[in-house]
Amino acid sequence: METEIKLSGREKTGIILRYLRGNWGFFIAAIALAYMNTICNAVMPQIIRVTVDSVLDAKEAELPAVVLRLLPMEELRADPLRALWIAAAGVALAAAVRGVCIYGMRINLAKGSEGFVKKIRDDLYSHILRLSFDWHTAHATGDIIQRCTSDVEVIRTFVCNQLMEVLRTVFLIALYTGIMLAMNWRLALVPLAFIPITGLASGVFYGKISTRFKVADEAEGEMTTCAQENLTGVRVVRAFGRERYEIDRFAQKNNRFSALWVELGKVLSVYWASGVFLVCLQIMAVIVAGTVAAVNGSISLGEFQVFVLYNSAMAWPVRSLGRVLSEMSKAGVAMDRVGYIIKAAEEGDRPSAQKLKLSGDIAFDHVTFGYQGQEVLRDVSFTIPWGSTFAILGGTGSGKSTLVHLLDRLYDLGEGQGSITIGGVDIRDITREELRRQVGLVLQEPFLFSQTIRENIAATRPDASEEELRACARVACVDEAIADLANGYETVVGERGVTLSGGQKQRVAIARMLLQNAPVMVFDDSLSAVDGSTDAKIRAALKERMADATVILISHRVTTLMQADKILVLDGGRVADVGTHAELIARPGIYKEIYDIQMSSDDRALVEKGGNA
Amino acid sequence: MAAFDEKEYTQAFDWSIWKRLLPILGRFKGRYIKLIGFTAIADLTDSIQPLFQLYAISHFIQAGTLDGLIPFAAAYLLCIAVLSLMVVASTRQTMYIEMYLGRDLRRDLFEHLQTLSLSFYNVTPVGYLLTRITNDTNRIAGNLAWNLNDVVDVVIYVVSSFAIMFTLNWQLALVVVLVVPFMAVLTGWFQPRILHWNRKVRKINSKITGAFNEGITGAKTSKTLVIEDRSIQGFQELTGGMNRSAVRAARLNAVYIPVTLFFSSLTVAIVLLRGGYLTVGQVMDIATLSAFISYAMNIFEPIQNLTANLAEFIAVQASIERVTGLMDEIPQITDTPEAVEKYGDAFHPKRENWEPIRGDIEFRDVTFRYPDGGDNVLEHFSLRIPAGTTVAIVGETGAGKSTLVNLACRFFEPTEGQILIDGRDYRERSQLWLHSSIGYVLQSPHLFSGTVRDNIRYGRLDATDAEVEAAAKAVSADTVVSKLEKGWDSSVGEGGDRLSTGEKQLISFARAVLADPRIFVLDEATSSIDTQTEQLIQQAIDHLLTDRTSFLIAHRLSTIRKADMILVVRDGKIVEQGTHETLLRAKGYYHDLYSKQFAEENAAKILGA
Repeated sequence: METEIKLSGREKTGIILRYLRGNWGFFIAAIALAYMNTICNAVMPQIIRVTVDSVLDAKEAELPAVVLRLLPMEELRADPLRALWIAAAGVALAAAVRGVCIYGMRINLAKGSEGFVKKIRDDLYSHILRLSFDWHTAHATGDIIQRCTSDVEVIRTFVCNQLMEVLRTVFLIALYTGIMLAMNWRLALVPLAFIPITGLASGVFYGKISTRFKVADEAEGEMTTCAQENLTGVRVVRAFGRERYEIDRFAQKNNRFSALWVELGKVLSVYWASGVFLVCLQIMAVIVAGTVAAVNGSISLGEFQVFVLYNSAMAWPVRSLGRVLSEMSKAGVAMDRVGYIIKAAEEGDRPSAQKLKLSGDIAFDHVTFGYQGQEVLRDVSFTIPWGSTFAILGGTGSGKSTLVHLLDRLYDLGEGQGSITIGGVDIRDITREELRRQVGLVLQEPFLFSQTIRENIAATRPDASEEELRACARVACVDEAIADLANGYETVVGERGVTLSGGQKQRVAIARMLLQNAPVMVFDDSLSAVDGSTDAKIRAALKERMADATVILISHRVTTLMQADKILVLDGGRVADVGTHAELIARPGIYKEIYDIQMSSDDRALVEKGGNA
Repeated sequence: MAAFDEKEYTQAFDWSIWKRLLPILGRFKGRYIKLIGFTAIADLTDSIQPLFQLYAISHFIQAGTLDGLIPFAAAYLLCIAVLSLMVVASTRQTMYIEMYLGRDLRRDLFEHLQTLSLSFYNVTPVGYLLTRITNDTNRIAGNLAWNLNDVVDVVIYVVSSFAIMFTLNWQLALVVVLVVPFMAVLTGWFQPRILHWNRKVRKINSKITGAFNEGITGAKTSKTLVIEDRSIQGFQELTGGMNRSAVRAARLNAVYIPVTLFFSSLTVAIVLLRGGYLTVGQVMDIATLSAFISYAMNIFEPIQNLTANLAEFIAVQASIERVTGLMDEIPQITDTPEAVEKYGDAFHPKRENWEPIRGDIEFRDVTFRYPDGGDNVLEHFSLRIPAGTTVAIVGETGAGKSTLVNLACRFFEPTEGQILIDGRDYRERSQLWLHSSIGYVLQSPHLFSGTVRDNIRYGRLDATDAEVEAAAKAVSADTVVSKLEKGWDSSVGEGGDRLSTGEKQLISFARAVLADPRIFVLDEATSSIDTQTEQLIQQAIDHLLTDRTSFLIAHRLSTIRKADMILVVRDGKIVEQGTHETLLRAKGYYHDLYSKQFAEENAAKILGA
């Protein structure tokens, strides 16, 4: 099964834009506030410059006209203490404004990013639930979960962290270099020259290391697998007395993983140190060049300090920009993987499909069906009278499950594949929802959710009364077993709770379906893990409680089959025979053969007795 | 079995927990000393950097000369170079400590787990143990390397920066120092709250993963029940909660960061004010002031980080508690000192002293209940199984058929009474002595990642290739091999998942044959296997049963009929016992089971044919 696709750049943008919808405001506000913060941050060095030059060094202040008009420079120079107060207040004010900006930016970014990721998750979840039965059969759960969690996280990081950081850093670089260029373009060339060096070196280097990361990650995976296999196979390990061997094996993987990381650490240490070196070098270069410029008189002392401050403020962001850009490439693959799910088609209905109360005979008319190029059903025709009990017998691969899956529209018949009608209405003209509500189906391997047993049974009708709930459980012969559990109906089942036996699971699933109150009930081999006598008890209770229901049973047990009004024998996707029990045992065929064997000789009476006790 | 509950861990710092790490940390003493040395040099060279600026202003710019610029630049460059080299050196030391500390923790834990009894494994999910071996050890090691280094780093940096500031001007330095307690209080208030919310977010996050798991695995069932909408609604409530908690956590951070930033800016403002005043009064020069401003601006971020580091450092206590808790787990089944003396332990067997095993097994007045509580599942049970006997244990799924096998194999020991092997209580010998004579084939056969050959050789590690192949042939496992691309050296995949269940069974049979055990246990698979493989498996079983004492946890009639003795289990207890004929004639529970199985197998045969 091919589960990889490549999306075009346009499709990727489309997906991101779709999930950004409704969250744009947050992102725009976050960016605007981030820019405000950067601008305020640029102010402080300027205050220091003016203070140093004009107050402490008595030079003519180079300030925009607006600011000059506000500040009585002559008086201030005469009263430096007051000037200092104003400068200090300016620093504090700038910090206060920055504080507000940072707060606003972070809150908006958090809201935007959480809204964005919630939208993706919600959409993925509901989309996956609405994907076809077929799709779920074809895909491994683990892989899909991985896509919904890790890959979504990569996309979130891309949009909310990396993209934002790039936008911020680019603005910061533009603003600071702009100011520096305006102040003294010659000196500004020094930090400008460092930008590509620092950024590129970091990006390229990081790109190189990431392949090594992969090797180390794989080694970790191997080590984890080794531990996991040891723990899950602990019985085998003990039974063969292989403890020593296992320890050696684990030690080898453990050593390899650790050694790989230590090696990787050597490369990483160079990467980090080179960062420190380049950044410090850049600061040093500006200090040395600035010193020369200041001594030559082309910049003032205050300007020198501004250069030093701007340059330091810029150096680290430039470096992380390189790494971020290199990391961003990972997002493409994640987009492809998530996009694969998003692009799968959901189940749909014909526009003309309607909600309809089911009533009338169920007719399969020349149904031919297959999947993945393999034909499963060939020209199958039969009728199930409304209100009757209908049994299906067939071997593995005979198509009996497909038959009931088609009836529940878990698969749809295509053009020329025949039709299924209920009371003369083609089931494709009934909405899936309505059809499935009225056709209760217990799957061969029913799934119980990790909730309480009560919640599981009441899945379709959470408002059902205690009486109804227990009545269904009693019909399914599971009420007693549940009551025996320490927490009774409040017992949590599944991974986080108690493990039920196969038969108990089937019976809880049956109770769950019964509560649905569907007029048509289908049991796809649902009593296989239940012993014969319980099987009979359940059927008897069913008959009594839901005498009007149409019941379709798939089973291997003759004792079960023989009580149906009509029995269909499927063989290799074809109808081998249809008839009542009496008719079928009167003529040679699969049914009679099975009947004879299951009811043979001395076992016969006992089996019948056991089966109907 | 009760639901497995994760225990809650203490939050407050508890030295008795940390103390446990001292022995293992001792191994890295030299490394830690080196690390601290390198970090100290790095911090010193880092903290003197603003002095170069000071020097440039006072010696060149204010003096109006460039004399001595070259030596200045050279000294500066040297300082940067030393700093960079120290970063390399300290990073390497830290990485070394992290990885090898982690390795040692993992190794110790893994070795300890090999000694724990199966009763422990019965009640402990694999995922739980795996988290301890991987995540928790990683967190401890990472913390004791990087976080510890960060703390040392910050402390040295801050101390040396303050030292320089005090040398430059003690009054101004005092102003900066005064802000530190404010910062500490602020951080002390915010950090635990931020940590709390982050933890909450992580918890919800794992719930979301769980919900995806549940939703996807249960999708088919949801369809048949038409409960998609409700399920989606439930999911949206979860993500809604996530949204609120995450924004809440972000809000705390969004307040904390600007507030601390404001405090540090305020310090700069005060320095500017006070320092400017001193400068105007000619008490201090501009160069010193600018250096001071640099220090004041740089010092707060490390202090902020320090508190975050400390918070995280304490948070790792839970991991330490989990790991040491596991290390404190005592094996339920241990060999007596006398047995170890004579037969050796699991890691150092003294095979020369091992008596050969015949395979007579006797349960003598055995009473047993599982250590995790519940009723007695055996009461005063006695049974003699002469060497070479085949015992079939039948009953429904979950009826407790494994109990006898668990006892016979000494995976569990009797609560009362004795189990004798070749006439002697097996507790007088070592576990390994017995285990080395057992061949075990599981219902869902467990293979290890590796080649087919590796997996078969697991039965006897010193077997030659020829012996491995012969063992495989004996049970027709070579038919599996012939279908594989790389033959014997084909990888079986993780847990053997590249092979079908039937194929895995054949390989595990070969593994058992190679071990040539005196006691053979087969937990038969119920899953449907194609007829051809089925026949091969039947032949393999026949081969394995000859001349061995065997326990069959059986489902197939053909297997059951072969047994010399059948034990019927219901609700955890042995309810019937006898041969196939006597039991059938008794027309009890066995008869019911048998009839059901008979009917189903035959129906399947006709339909499958």
